[in-house]
Amino acid sequence: MSDDLLPLAEVYARYEPVLGLEVHVELNTASKMFCSCATEFGAEPNSQTCPVCLGLPGSLPVVNAKAVESAIRIGLALNCEIASWCRFARKNYFYPDMTKDWQTSQYDEPICFNGYLDVEVEGEVFRVPVERAHMEEDAGKLLHLGGATGRIQGADYSLVDYNRAGVPLIEIVTKPVFGTGPKAPQVARAYVSALRDIVRALGVSDVRMEQGSLRCDANVSLMPIGATELGLRTETKNVNSLRSIERALSYEIQRQGAILADGGKVKQETRHWHEEGYTSPGRSKETAEDYRYFPEPDIPPIAPSREWVEELRATLPEAPAARRRRLQSEWGFTDAEFRDIIGADALDLIADTVALGCTPAAAKKWWLGELARRANDAGLELDALAITPAQVAELQSLVAAGTINDTLARQVIEGVLSGEGSPGEVVATRSLAIVSDDGALLEAVQAAIAANPDAAASIKAGRQQAIGALIGAVMRTMQGKADASKVRSLIMESLS
Amino acid sequence: MADMALSVAEVAKLADLARIELSDEELARLAPQLDLILQSVAEVSEVAGADVAPTSHAVPMENVFREDVVRPSQSVAAALSGAPVAEDGRFRVPQILGEE
Repeated sequence: MSDDLLPLAEVYARYEPVLGLEVHVELNTASKMFCSCATEFGAEPNSQTCPVCLGLPGSLPVVNAKAVESAIRIGLALNCEIASWCRFARKNYFYPDMTKDWQTSQYDEPICFNGYLDVEVEGEVFRVPVERAHMEEDAGKLLHLGGATGRIQGADYSLVDYNRAGVPLIEIVTKPVFGTGPKAPQVARAYVSALRDIVRALGVSDVRMEQGSLRCDANVSLMPIGATELGLRTETKNVNSLRSIERALSYEIQRQGAILADGGKVKQETRHWHEEGYTSPGRSKETAEDYRYFPEPDIPPIAPSREWVEELRATLPEAPAARRRRLQSEWGFTDAEFRDIIGADALDLIADTVALGCTPAAAKKWWLGELARRANDAGLELDALAITPAQVAELQSLVAAGTINDTLARQVIEGVLSGEGSPGEVVATRSLAIVSDDGALLEAVQAAIAANPDAAASIKAGRQQAIGALIGAVMRTMQGKADASKVRSLIMESLS
Repeated sequence: MADMALSVAEVAKLADLARIELSDEELARLAPQLDLILQSVAEVSEVAGADVAPTSHAVPMENVFREDVVRPSQSVAAALSGAPVAEDGRFRVPQILGEE
């Protein structure tokens, strides 16, 4: 990319970044927002449509009660006020993925408003103010054909699947976030991560960024340190992972920094994030006015009773931040250890593994060790690995029972990941169980001593460290299927 | 008509947003007409006092909800029956221009 970038340290020495985050959460309701069509992912194109979600004249939308309930629960979990009366609005624009030529959304009367979410970065707590969380509907899916690489540029025409049109979305918008300084990209990441944890704990969405059920648009602007007037901002789209949020914002901050330091003016626009590590300009942002919002006449106002709101408040799960504090003290990990767990996105996996009887230390060892390494090698998120917390708990119980040791356990993991079944099954089919037959072990020990007379003599002379070579030889003979401490004591017995 | 609340340029912009192509003659004819409608609405607004809430809905109803229950959708063939062109079970639309 040809963008000039100002080194981060220089940017932060002169400018204050101001963040604004828009997160779309796709709800996991069974039916759509305004009609009874299924929301199931991956169905035959256009098989989940009806006159309402196709926007045919004369059709009448009716609001999904569960979606309203989910919206209110998300709002309450984000410390929002819940409107006592609000309406849907039509956001008018033309695009082939919208059947009606307007999106049914909310405008100046969001159902949830004025909340906040506290997030932690390296031990420092930042309060991210939440402006609003409102209800709207998703659009259809476009497929661009002709031209190169399936992109819209150069395509000859496009095909539309409206199965996703009308699936309920909650859009959560922050107020400008000040005071993060050099931690801006990390705060943004921590916010989306915390939001995802909350929504997941509420059980109202799958919140999988890679599948698009949680999408983030990251706004950022820079203002000279000490200034009070906001700078011109850019909105970066297509940021599909937590890591990308951090990277995309770092990039934009450096790009804008270079423009401003050069005396230039940042162009207010939408930009696209590319995983190769840069952003490129998109369309110039339409102003709100151009959408010609007006109240949706076909949907009566929503007026959640205070009783209903309080009923829903009582259903909120333990707040993720409180849960973390509780788990850390229950498990007895240090702050640094616990940060590693959070950073690796392994909290839920370890909690589930511990709930199935594994010790916290062992659960942490597997998920942050061998499994994190394999996920990293495969370019996968940890929870996308083909192994479940139950299987990890089973693996550890095999280790604890002495059936396998840690080295063999790594082979078992390999077997589970390549679809050979549960840890127990892999141990059986790959014959990985430790040999407990003393006769066979003793034979291997004698053979090792005979083959390594120098080492044996050293041990006899009191140089204990020489035993490593003998243990290694025995383990090779046993193909690793032996308990090392038992081998050690057998060698010592044989030489005494 | 000397004091138009709605200028020809504004009507041209609205027409563009609404994807309606208007010639200069049409704009010149329609702008005053739309302006007259706006003026009439403004007169009604003057009559309505502070005690009359703006109306957005024809019937005084609230909280009209349905349960989150899936009901059968229409067939793909029925969905596509109104499409000017369909391909591969999907609606086919012309090249999308002016967008990234």
